[in-house]
Amino acid sequence: MITTLIEKPSRSIWQRWRWLLWVVVIGALYDWTISGLKFTGLQESAGVVSRSIMAGLVHPQWSYVYDGSGEDLVSLILQTLAIAFLGTIVSAVISVPFAFWAARGDHERFFLRSGSGKVVLTLIRTFPEIVLAIMFIKAVGPGSYAGVLAVSIHSIGMLGKLFSEAIENMNRGPEEAIVSAGGRPGQVFGLATLPTILPEFFSYTLYRFEIAVRSASILGMVGAGGIGTPMIFAIQTRNWPKVGIILLGIVIMVLLIDSLSEQLRKRLI
Amino acid sequence: MSIPEAPRRSWMQRWHVKGIVVTSLLLVLLVTSSRMTGVDVGMFFSNFGQFLNLLVRMSHPDWQYANVIVRPLLETIQMAILGTTIGAAFAVPFAVLSASNLIHNRFLRGLTRLFLDLVRTLPDLLLAAIFVAVFGIGSTAGVVTLAIFSFGMVSKLFYEVIETIDMGPLEALTSVGASKVTIIWYAVLPQILNQFVSYFLYTLEINVRASTVLGYLGAGGIGVFLQRSLSEFNYSQTAVIILATLAVVLVIDGISNHLRRVLL
Amino acid sequence: MVEAPIISFKNVNKIYSNGTVGLKDINLEIPQGQFLVVVGLSGAGKSTLLRTINRMHEITSGEIKIDGEPIHAYKGQALRLLRRKIGMIFQGFNLVNRSSVERNVLSGRVSYYPTWKTLCGLFTQADREMAVRSLQRVNLADKLYTRADELSGGQQQRVAIARTLMQEPKIILADEPVASLDPLTTKAVMDTLQRLNREDNITVIVNLHSVPLARQYADRIIGLQAGQLVYDRPISEVTEADLNEIYVTEAVQA
Repeated sequence: MITTLIEKPSRSIWQRWRWLLWVVVIGALYDWTISGLKFTGLQESAGVVSRSIMAGLVHPQWSYVYDGSGEDLVSLILQTLAIAFLGTIVSAVISVPFAFWAARGDHERFFLRSGSGKVVLTLIRTFPEIVLAIMFIKAVGPGSYAGVLAVSIHSIGMLGKLFSEAIENMNRGPEEAIVSAGGRPGQVFGLATLPTILPEFFSYTLYRFEIAVRSASILGMVGAGGIGTPMIFAIQTRNWPKVGIILLGIVIMVLLIDSLSEQLRKRLI
Repeated sequence: MSIPEAPRRSWMQRWHVKGIVVTSLLLVLLVTSSRMTGVDVGMFFSNFGQFLNLLVRMSHPDWQYANVIVRPLLETIQMAILGTTIGAAFAVPFAVLSASNLIHNRFLRGLTRLFLDLVRTLPDLLLAAIFVAVFGIGSTAGVVTLAIFSFGMVSKLFYEVIETIDMGPLEALTSVGASKVTIIWYAVLPQILNQFVSYFLYTLEINVRASTVLGYLGAGGIGVFLQRSLSEFNYSQTAVIILATLAVVLVIDGISNHLRRVLL
Repeated sequence: MVEAPIISFKNVNKIYSNGTVGLKDINLEIPQGQFLVVVGLSGAGKSTLLRTINRMHEITSGEIKIDGEPIHAYKGQALRLLRRKIGMIFQGFNLVNRSSVERNVLSGRVSYYPTWKTLCGLFTQADREMAVRSLQRVNLADKLYTRADELSGGQQQRVAIARTLMQEPKIILADEPVASLDPLTTKAVMDTLQRLNREDNITVIVNLHSVPLARQYADRIIGLQAGQLVYDRPISEVTEADLNEIYVTEAVQA
């Protein structure tokens, strides 16, 4: 080695031993984590239950797929999609003003407006969707309407954030062009801002729709409509063949929606 | 006067047709969805009093209750850390197997990706409900749920990172006849470690959020108390839980964001 | 140059809020119908100078007059009417990529319409025909219904010129109009500007950092250096050595 020829730059003690500090911190963190959790140990029935779940997945209850009662898999999957679709659309519309509120402006002092908007969006995002669903069930009764409301409100947190970032990063050129042509603020917004930003909004909305489909499929577990309701009943009554067919239905639904949405987004951009 | 040199208007018409088709399709979807879900704007406002009442009761948090929920809140964080760690550990080999620049066998890569896609379709609460049935009520079900959930998410983020690495060092090592493991250790790992840690922290943030509701179905942590307060209509306790959860999530987000900035 | 200048700068200073000097004691008179090229390195204040003319940038002190009227006090509708008679062309074209060429060109006409009409796309037939004529002048009438982002860079810049023509401007400001174009399309764009200058007697002010281009098209060249006017000659008196000096001395200073 040639290290002997070149004088090595000396590193401070801090630089040399910093990794050890990290090891200690991370080690302590994991020690705390593992010691804090009470592992109940596997239930005796765990093996039996997992075997029956497997059996249920292999032999799903095909008769549940469609029976014309409106309470079958296909109808409830469609209802789940309806909840997700409606919730996402409503949320996208409400998110637009929120996004303009939370987007940082060039001439803004201390970022009071955008800062407060960002805080509100964070609060909405952090508020658990399940709790929202339960609150709306109090207002409109159990069912998919409550699910729609929960998805609509909860999605604002994320869509508002994505939209506002899109606004912050958008090309300001077209706006400048309309201003320099003597346009009024409303004309600048309608002729430059919106047409420049809308495609991005659509793309984010589609992405959010994918997530909403997943949430809509579990909101039923607390009574807010969709496929989640029969799912939780089937699990509680240990009806594994039914759990199997519902799982299958959800997996297929999500895969289809994801690929559909991806196709659409590719075409938009 | 006629417009010379301008193209025919049929172009324009086709444009309109497309616009009209898309708009009416959207409208039809909207109407059917609202029929299907029984959306009734009037009902929401006629029952608004009840909703408001709930909000009013939530706006008087029962601060005494905060002492009770410290322990389950910490348990929630512990669940998230352990679940994310297990999930990420399992994700690494799968990410390597799905990276198109490392694995040239298309069949193997397609198979792993399909598997990962399937795992990612399952929502967290659904997994929780199943694992509570398997492992019984408690944090074990929560940890397993979070492990699987983060496995699906992290493996995709990881293989996307791997696919963007600079192939130069790999070629250098391959040319001197290094083994696949050596190549990954010396040429791949140094390039991706920071991004891996960053994505790990990002997933941890998401898992902390997720873990706060898993308990609603019995999978341990603060969610158990959330469920209890809601079923007892004790909304002043619910409010404390939500506020505390919010604080924890924001603190974890803050720490994680700071660490990620330092890393990248 | 006996008649009154269409644009005049008197002791104009511009200092940005962060303390950077944008323009320093600019005195300049530009007669109607001149093709003026502003040269200088990036950061010399060319873009600032241009944007003070249509009040896209405010000046700190001094006075700018257009058609003999000081413009600093214009507000609202008066400011919009000022901007209407000054067209502007940008380096990045500033078209709405996803809109049709027609819509982009018509948007140059906004100041003639109330807001609600523009938002509903209610442009008059006469203006639609005017849009076609504007496009004919830049040789792009066949692209009327094409989406803007399907055009090449040079074509997009000509669409931007057609949009500006919709304002029926007396002055056109062009801020580095060819900086992101290749030599061939550069010529098409510069020729278009020259034609408008000659045929319609529009005063054209162009920022360039290419000396050969400046010499080829300008009636008069001015040079900026660190916000100061350091050079001002009609094209007949411009020599290669002068222009090199503007760039070289600055490069040495920097």
